[in-house]
Amino acid sequence: MYKIDPSRKDLVEEFRANPVGHHSADLQQMLNVVRADPFPGKYVLLCVKPHREWILGRLSGVRGDPVEVVDDQVFTCAEDAEWEVFKRRWKTLTGEDLN
Amino acid sequence: MEPVAAGEFAGRQQAIHAGSHGVIGRDAPFAALSSFTLQAMIWPTTPARGRQALLGKWSEPDQSGYALVIDNDATLALMLGDGEDNVEIVSSGQPLHEREWYLVGASFDAETGEVCIHQVPLVENPLANSVAEVCKTRTSRRPGRSHAPFMIAATYGGEAGGRAVGTHHYNGKIDSPRIANRVLDRDSMTALLQRPIPADLRPAVIAAWDFARAIPTTRIEDASANRIDGMLVNLPMRAMTGYNWTGKEMNWQHAPEQYGAIHFHEDDLYDAGWEADFEYTIPADMRSGVYAARLTSGEDEDHIPFFVRPPRGSRNADLALLIPTASYWAYANEHMVVESSGSEIFNGHLTSLSPEDLFLNAHPEFGHSMYDVFFDGSAVCHSSRLRPILNMRPGITISWVGPGGNMPWQFNADLHIVDWLEAMGHDYDVITDDDLDDEGLQLIGQYSAVMTGTHPEYVSTRMWDAFDTYLRQGGRLMYMGGNGFYSRVAYHGTLPGVVELRRTEVEFREKSAAPGEYYHSFNGEYGGIWRRIGRPPGTLVGVGMAVEGFDICGYYRRKPGSYESRAEFIFSGIDDEIIGDFGVVGGGAAGIELDRCDGDLGSPPHTLVLASSEGLSNQYLPTVEDCLMISPGLGAMDNSQARGDMVFFETPNGGGVFSTSSMSWSGSLCHNGYDNNVSKVTDNVLRRFLDPAPL
Ligand SMILES: [Fe+2]
Repeated sequence: MYKIDPSRKDLVEEFRANPVGHHSADLQQMLNVVRADPFPGKYVLLCVKPHREWILGRLSGVRGDPVEVVDDQVFTCAEDAEWEVFKRRWKTLTGEDLN
Repeated sequence: MEPVAAGEFAGRQQAIHAGSHGVIGRDAPFAALSSFTLQAMIWPTTPARGRQALLGKWSEPDQSGYALVIDNDATLALMLGDGEDNVEIVSSGQPLHEREWYLVGASFDAETGEVCIHQVPLVENPLANSVAEVCKTRTSRRPGRSHAPFMIAATYGGEAGGRAVGTHHYNGKIDSPRIANRVLDRDSMTALLQRPIPADLRPAVIAAWDFARAIPTTRIEDASANRIDGMLVNLPMRAMTGYNWTGKEMNWQHAPEQYGAIHFHEDDLYDAGWEADFEYTIPADMRSGVYAARLTSGEDEDHIPFFVRPPRGSRNADLALLIPTASYWAYANEHMVVESSGSEIFNGHLTSLSPEDLFLNAHPEFGHSMYDVFFDGSAVCHSSRLRPILNMRPGITISWVGPGGNMPWQFNADLHIVDWLEAMGHDYDVITDDDLDDEGLQLIGQYSAVMTGTHPEYVSTRMWDAFDTYLRQGGRLMYMGGNGFYSRVAYHGTLPGVVELRRTEVEFREKSAAPGEYYHSFNGEYGGIWRRIGRPPGTLVGVGMAVEGFDICGYYRRKPGSYESRAEFIFSGIDDEIIGDFGVVGGGAAGIELDRCDGDLGSPPHTLVLASSEGLSNQYLPTVEDCLMISPGLGAMDNSQARGDMVFFETPNGGGVFSTSSMSWSGSLCHNGYDNNVSKVTDNVLRRFLDPAPL
């Protein structure tokens, strides 16, 4: 099973520059792991104003459960939220802080 | 645009009572009972869910009557209530297993007060036995009288909005429910399963419902001499394999006696049954089009869309815009992502929940789409419009389509087409799938050209046949989307606004229909994708489902076919080789779901490929029916089959078909003030298609 190589900061930068869309094969493989964080606690966006504002939430995976609001950090672009969630997951997976 | 009507109305909250059940309208035969036996074959799907009623005449508000139930400890039990706060429950003491067939029954002897419970699994599990026969002598209770109707799969919970409300809904199948006017032993109960009812037991039988009868209807028929028929509420699933299904027949019409089960769900919903708070009568001269009732209350605002068609048998334009309502209903109130941990990988971006998504998550009573599963894990196969549909609203986001949910879907996406028609000044009538299924060729046969929406995925046989004849007679079809003409649905014979889909064999889906349940109950047709029914989409529109992805969109590059004289009218005034490398949906006109030209998908031999998609990411993966053998390199960057093809072909008698084969095409129409090559191609085709000269 593929394991994330924390030294591949080139892939981190590639993601940061373009979180959604075409990725190199190596980044795609890494994202298949990064984006696979399980329930409960899976990160989602909560749309506050359609097409304009989002905050982070976490899902339990059980229908009907309230969605946990992470904090009040507001994102005005969904791609910015992708980077924030990537950093949080990277910390969980590698123990490292990205900035 | 000026409102056509306005007013202020009192608002109020109206509840939705989901859950399916049977109601018996005639009260007399049950009111006269003293001793009785209740019995049925059951296949419970959530026995540990809490109290669920199987059958009986029980009033929850009065705590009065009798009912055979699965009790809070997952055991079979008889509830007796005298209406004076005295309730006695006699239980089998043995929990029922999930998804196992049982003969269940309870008898009450009015003379002796003896209650007997029979819980008999059809298959014996030596180390997990759940058989139980319990008799309790001398219960002191007598079932009390009440106004509760006799109900199956729920008990009477009172009235709301003029309708009897069910409570304690049951999840699972019920087959062959019976009620007798005396105590029956286990052998007699087994004998009562026979068709016809044995002569010696006939005098004892009050009712013996045979769910294998009248399957396409909401009627449940009593096979006894008493003819105590009932009605089904909220469309439980019919034509379900029964306790006696052998597997030799897959089609309920060939062995109806093996399809005597109905699968009830606590979360079935056909009709919310809300009472009207305001009404608006469409004036006879109102222009056909897409409208909305705009509701405001303080800061809050909502739009309830509706479609105004021309009066039946008439038309006001040469072009019909066919609103794909069957596909709208299929996606109505879809909420699959909240329980699908793989959706983010599938979509290539974070899931984004809108306020509407959060509301639906908190309100399961608003019902499911064809993409959801029931609480008990079975596949949803009905979806109706007789309820608020929160994802059929202008301006909303869709949780899994595009980052931040920014790519519109279905109704929202189709508004791009409406907007373009308005901006370009084209006259058009609006008609819907519901109309087409009802009126067939008579409806579309009036028009020089028909334009589809962006995702006309679900098509009934009557709709398909109407298109087929229309095109053979020289009609012109502009297929403006992707993954269209894909699956077969059935409209109901009498109930408005509801479709059925049994997902069979292969296709993208959350869950399949169960084995032996691939034939629609509404009309007996085999469900699933048209390709597996022997009518691949290419036979109608020259292309068939190839690939889908939900991150970004690509563009089209012209193919040699676009320079042929047959295509001259399409590209007149266009020198570009790249078409649609812009747009508000994913940045390009080739994206989300795309169809390709392929003889295997039914494309006619003279289909002219005008352009093929480029620029799709590896998030774009082929449709599963193309992957009977899995191999590496499936993504669109590595897989030449995973592409969209824009095509044109002529049909008999001067007709023709133009297919954009891409869901995001319509998102590029408005670019640069509608002055762009996507708009130009569309406009060229439409003008030529409206010209009666043969193609
Ligand atoms: Fe679809």
